[in-house]
Amino acid sequence: MSSSGNHSLRTEPRRSAPLPIRDRSWLKLLPALVVIVPLFAAALMLAVIQSLGYFPLVGMRSFNLDAYRSLLGNGEFWQSLLLSTRIAFTVALLSTVLGIAMALGIRKIWRESRRLGFLFQLNLPIPHVIGALAMVHLLGQSGLIARLGHAAGVIEAASEFPALVYDPFALGIVAELLWKDVPFIAIIALGVLGTVAEDYESVAASLGASSRQRLRHVTLPLLVPAVAPASVIVFAFAFGSFEVPLLLGESFPSALPVLAYRLHTNVDLSVRPEAMALAVVMSIVVMVTAVLYLILVRRVLRREQP
Amino acid sequence: MGSRIAFVLIVVAILFPLVPLVIHSFARGYVFPQLLPAEWSTRAWRIVLATDGGTWNALRWSVVVAVAVTALSLLVALPAGRALGLRAFRGKRVLEFLVLTPLLVPAVAVAIGLDITFIRLGLSGTFWGVVLVHLIPATPYAVLVLAGVFANYDADLEAQARTLGASPLNVFRHVTMPAIKPGLIIAGFFAFIVSWSQYVLTLQIGGGKVLTLPVLLVSTASGGDVAITGALTIVSALPVVVLLGLASRHVVRAGLGTTGT
Repeated sequence: MSSSGNHSLRTEPRRSAPLPIRDRSWLKLLPALVVIVPLFAAALMLAVIQSLGYFPLVGMRSFNLDAYRSLLGNGEFWQSLLLSTRIAFTVALLSTVLGIAMALGIRKIWRESRRLGFLFQLNLPIPHVIGALAMVHLLGQSGLIARLGHAAGVIEAASEFPALVYDPFALGIVAELLWKDVPFIAIIALGVLGTVAEDYESVAASLGASSRQRLRHVTLPLLVPAVAPASVIVFAFAFGSFEVPLLLGESFPSALPVLAYRLHTNVDLSVRPEAMALAVVMSIVVMVTAVLYLILVRRVLRREQP
Repeated sequence: MGSRIAFVLIVVAILFPLVPLVIHSFARGYVFPQLLPAEWSTRAWRIVLATDGGTWNALRWSVVVAVAVTALSLLVALPAGRALGLRAFRGKRVLEFLVLTPLLVPAVAVAIGLDITFIRLGLSGTFWGVVLVHLIPATPYAVLVLAGVFANYDADLEAQARTLGASPLNVFRHVTMPAIKPGLIIAGFFAFIVSWSQYVLTLQIGGGKVLTLPVLLVSTASGGDVAITGALTIVSALPVVVLLGLASRHVVRAGLGTTGT
């Protein structure tokens, strides 16, 4: 806005590296933190306060651990915890392995054709609500696969088709989450494969490394730093997903987020602290798992380096 | 060739689950064990697209909320992504993790934690209330993508432009902006689809007043008319798939996933 000539005289060329001693870069994070922290921290703090039994709306003003005690004494909580943990680990593990495999399998096509690349990303923006409804009508007992089974003469009636949704093994939930998350991991991996990995791979090849050695010692170590945080996000999402188990899960035991919502919307307001306690427990489980996992990944990576 | 077979299998795995919903939306009395419906019909589509139906209202809610969330999250993510991507500084790892934590904590926990306070503040059941809670999961994605962009960005160009006499505004317009534009589009795209997909945050904070497409979709599905549900899923998916088509040519170039955080 002001005359630019004067400004330029006063401007000293800045160097982006090495670092200035008094770096104020963190200040730039303030706007984002101002949005995220108060809202998000407030949500968690409020959940903690209410979980301790402070809930003036129904005349509860004391602080105690009753909600946690009754939650931990609740058999359904443990079953739900087991279910959600199993779903999250299965989905995180399978989507990481399959996602990397998918990326390696399609990297050539991805590089060559934009239009085909579009197909791989197609379900990336599609909401989980839609994915879950799609699985109901794909995997359900009168779904398309059951109909194909009937047409092939494998089953006679819908009831003969194995329960793949609302089932005790949560297969429908896992299927939906994998449907979304395998391409997600693959796209993250493809980002690395298309940029950094190529150069290092060709160097390794020219130094005489076999394709297997290149995969083991060049490609995979390059993929891990980008894929690891993505798989943590997948784990956290699978653990905390609400609409997917709501639409595809058994009613008992339900996944933890569904249980939390059910407790929260219970007509009996006195169980609300229990819902809040569950929200706190879920958050702690995810955070601790994420931190442990990222520490583990860093250890493994450090050992890789000579 | 092996890669060709892999390609076909993957595309089928991605597209096939959506087929039943599409068939249902054009079918009348499509019951087991019919592979294709005995009778085709546009009944569900006429109901879903009716001008007085809830679809257009839900579409409008979804769009205005997602646009507001996209704009606000880009605004706050731009400086944050720049700081995280461009420089190393003390405490960076902690701040990175702080920015990411909203992606780790279950949305249900946030939704029920804020419930009573949002009611007290008068934010429950309002547009701004829903936009605010959508920012919680949307902002981290925008920051992540932009941090990746700035990691490959040469800030010296800005200093050079300034030395040559460009004003800060002109530097931003002619140097910074062209360099980060693809990344900005991807970051905006992510923020948009994160908002577009939210269910439980909208349900809890929107209090039945902010009826976005996912909320309408679940209540329609529980109504049991599969044809109408099918048509509504297509209406809900189409806008973001088109957006993806517009944004996808930038995905590869933006180097998504090279953030290495």
